[in-house]
Amino acid sequence: MSDQSVEQTAAPVDRQTMDVDIVCVGFGPATGGFLTTLSRKLASADGAPKPESSVTPGAPPQIICYERADDIGFSVSGVVTKARGIRKTFPDLDPSQIPMCAPVKREKVLYLLDPIGASRRSATLRTVDTLIRAFKGLLPVESGAFELPYIPPYLQKHGGLVMSIGQFNQWVGAQLMNTGMVQIWPGTPVAKPLIENNSVTGVQLADQGTDKSGSPETGFMPGMNVRAALTVVGDGPVGPVGRQIDQHFGMPQGHHQRDWAVGMKFVVNLPENCPLEAGTVLHTLGYPEPEIFGFLYVYPDRIASLGIFVPSWFESPVRTAYRYLQHWMMHPYLWRYLNGGTLRSWGAKTLGESGRRGEPHLVGNGYARIGEGSGSTNVLTGSGVDEAWVTGVQLGEAVLELLEQHKPFTKENLEATYVRRRRASWVETEGRVAERARDGFHRGVVTGLIGMALAGATKGRLFAPVKPRGPAEHTPTLRQYYAGRIPRVEVARIRQECTAKGVSAHDALMDRAGWPAIPYDGKLLVSHQDALLMGGKVQAPAGYADHVAFLYPNLCEECGTKICIEVCSGQAITPGSNGAPAFDREKCIHCGACFWNCTTPHPEDPERTVLEFRAGAGGLHSAEN
Amino acid sequence: MSTTYQIVVCGSIVPDPLQTLEPVPGATGPTLKNEMMLPAVLDPWAWHALFEAAHLAKNAPGSKVWLVSLGPKAKLQQVMMTIAQKAPFELIAIDGSASGFTEASEVAATLAGAIKAIPGLDLSRLLVFGGWESASRGSGATMQIVGEMLGIVNQFQGVDKLTIGADGSIEILERIEGGKHQVSICVGPPAVFGWATGSLPEPPNNPQVGMANMRGIMPALQKACTSKVGAEGVTFASVALPKQRRDTKIVKDLSTDEIARDIVSWITNA
Repeated sequence: MSDQSVEQTAAPVDRQTMDVDIVCVGFGPATGGFLTTLSRKLASADGAPKPESSVTPGAPPQIICYERADDIGFSVSGVVTKARGIRKTFPDLDPSQIPMCAPVKREKVLYLLDPIGASRRSATLRTVDTLIRAFKGLLPVESGAFELPYIPPYLQKHGGLVMSIGQFNQWVGAQLMNTGMVQIWPGTPVAKPLIENNSVTGVQLADQGTDKSGSPETGFMPGMNVRAALTVVGDGPVGPVGRQIDQHFGMPQGHHQRDWAVGMKFVVNLPENCPLEAGTVLHTLGYPEPEIFGFLYVYPDRIASLGIFVPSWFESPVRTAYRYLQHWMMHPYLWRYLNGGTLRSWGAKTLGESGRRGEPHLVGNGYARIGEGSGSTNVLTGSGVDEAWVTGVQLGEAVLELLEQHKPFTKENLEATYVRRRRASWVETEGRVAERARDGFHRGVVTGLIGMALAGATKGRLFAPVKPRGPAEHTPTLRQYYAGRIPRVEVARIRQECTAKGVSAHDALMDRAGWPAIPYDGKLLVSHQDALLMGGKVQAPAGYADHVAFLYPNLCEECGTKICIEVCSGQAITPGSNGAPAFDREKCIHCGACFWNCTTPHPEDPERTVLEFRAGAGGLHSAEN
Repeated sequence: MSTTYQIVVCGSIVPDPLQTLEPVPGATGPTLKNEMMLPAVLDPWAWHALFEAAHLAKNAPGSKVWLVSLGPKAKLQQVMMTIAQKAPFELIAIDGSASGFTEASEVAATLAGAIKAIPGLDLSRLLVFGGWESASRGSGATMQIVGEMLGIVNQFQGVDKLTIGADGSIEILERIEGGKHQVSICVGPPAVFGWATGSLPEPPNNPQVGMANMRGIMPALQKACTSKVGAEGVTFASVALPKQRRDTKIVKDLSTDEIARDIVSWITNA
């Protein structure tokens, strides 16, 4: 047995080096906040640099940001946010100046009843459903949905914004480039951090001109070493640079990243007769499975962003987001708004749901972590964008302070400036309240909801005392999951037939478990592959190595769930000819769900798995997400 | 004989063709719905022309490449992020419409004016590159008019390959009807080349090239002059996107014969 991990090309190559002052990895809200804060104060009123670059004397600091997606508006999501931090940065922010952005006007939280009878509900939830149906004349029940009469304050987004992060990123990016103070380069994946003597000294870009395995081909260009006094890591929850830093430096005592979710959504042209007004926010729970949460945000011009979150604690080995998303859209409460609509865009991404519990070492010599990958997401309020933005702003202020005082970017200096600001902010205060709010979901939905309510009502002092487990610890096999619903021999037969066809088994298993077939209409109800092509416009530029790697194919062969195949958001991972999965980069949307869903622990590190998710180019190619 | 060239690439931008494009009537003629929120790309034909220009300049040390680009300034800025790591060039930005609903002669006059204004322009070394076609205009006339306005009579369209001879002459492979190429020999600059697809792969991203380019790109965008290209007096009777028929089929490892049979069958049954 051997780890088949390959870092860039194995052949010795002469890598070019470029020196800059600050290099950023990933362009999202956190890096947007960082660069916006920094760029506003890098020049005096007369245009003279303030302070000077250490690598280009006489010029302002050379600040570069590398983003792996083909454009800075691709590969992200639609959100509802209180936008406290964003509005502080842009006090005169006019939502009408940002496409697909509107103030929140109306919020509802809905418990969806199961209209089909195929949902896997506990006895408690079946009792709740029965009671709701029995008293529907007395309760706010409409089209199979019970509207919660009260939304706890911590869940409310009143006064906030609904927006497309793709469009917001474009808006922020254009202003940044206008300053001439920073350079943002999309289509440039970063392979790894450069670590010397326990200091991060920059990053290495991904090799170009290679075959799938990373071996050099015609036009080979070794990834350049970009050296910087400060490396800002904002590459999200599954970013390879952040994870390699975690592997090298470890996590703080008691911290771990075990809770995740895959968010999958459509951007839809609503039908002309749809009465939902811009700024409407719907959140759902209860259906298609009790563990799956849904959202629908209405933008101006009858456009909506809608989708579901499939969390890691949903103990199903067939947690296919796409099929569930279609059943969710067809719930009677939602379908009356969506029927007749048209798909505009589609996408999926991983959400780091560990929150503050997943916070890595925020700083070290030569580096700082910001955004979702730094554990800033609040898992109680379900908010991450504004928090990410604020962490970027805090680092921006800290860097300005250090530059003005001519102090180096050491761990101590970054702790005294960036970490100090973060610890004193609402991101930290509210993050602590949320820290254990969702632990109860590891024992079931009802326990989870009670735990959230307790944490919210008591400012985090009370919560459901359950120890979170990683997916590898609790995901059952197909046979266990369908016990009592589909005979084990039939499960085995379905798996065998699907493997022979080279497809995942979830559709056949869900059909057999009673989920009706999706009546494709070619407009909104489209096949998974059409969603990729028409909605996500998925691209895979040539000349890069595969970014999904199966480190121990022999262990994959023995895997009982093959969950990477079932969960793959783009059907890019399929049964391979030798028993281990096969990966097709041309369909991958870089959501990263395969990485954290893998149930086989790495033989040398139980916090890792045997599936490696590396830096890669391409993926989603739509700016409306 | 070694020659150094002044290569000017005329390359505008178009909405990323992978996005959802929807023509709608606007105040001054047809426009695209939500055009400003659509990401833009360098026109694909001009994209090839830029690669060819960079390749030629690399092999003729001392040569220089300019990119003359007409489009909305904000969109030009966004496109520069995706192309400026590919090849060294100096940007000449012109702020104006790139909607496609413009007159070729007006666009050509703007481009020719910008080229004439390049300091130190030397006609004896000038090669003007551009796209033979465009993803948004496709009149097939712009580059020819640019050439006329610059007084350049050696013009080649549908160019797939350009080879510099030992005597400095230029051998050109032009597409002609029937799937064939015409070989021409041009004694040297000045000349205009409307590129088809060329034969070069997309260059890799080179961060050092990007850094160097960007130092000139932002000043160029800041001092971009405005051009009111349009289609004044023109009435558009109708505007429509090409009809699409979608029939997704994803297969791997089919032979070319099988793929061809499949496509023929798909077309004949359409």
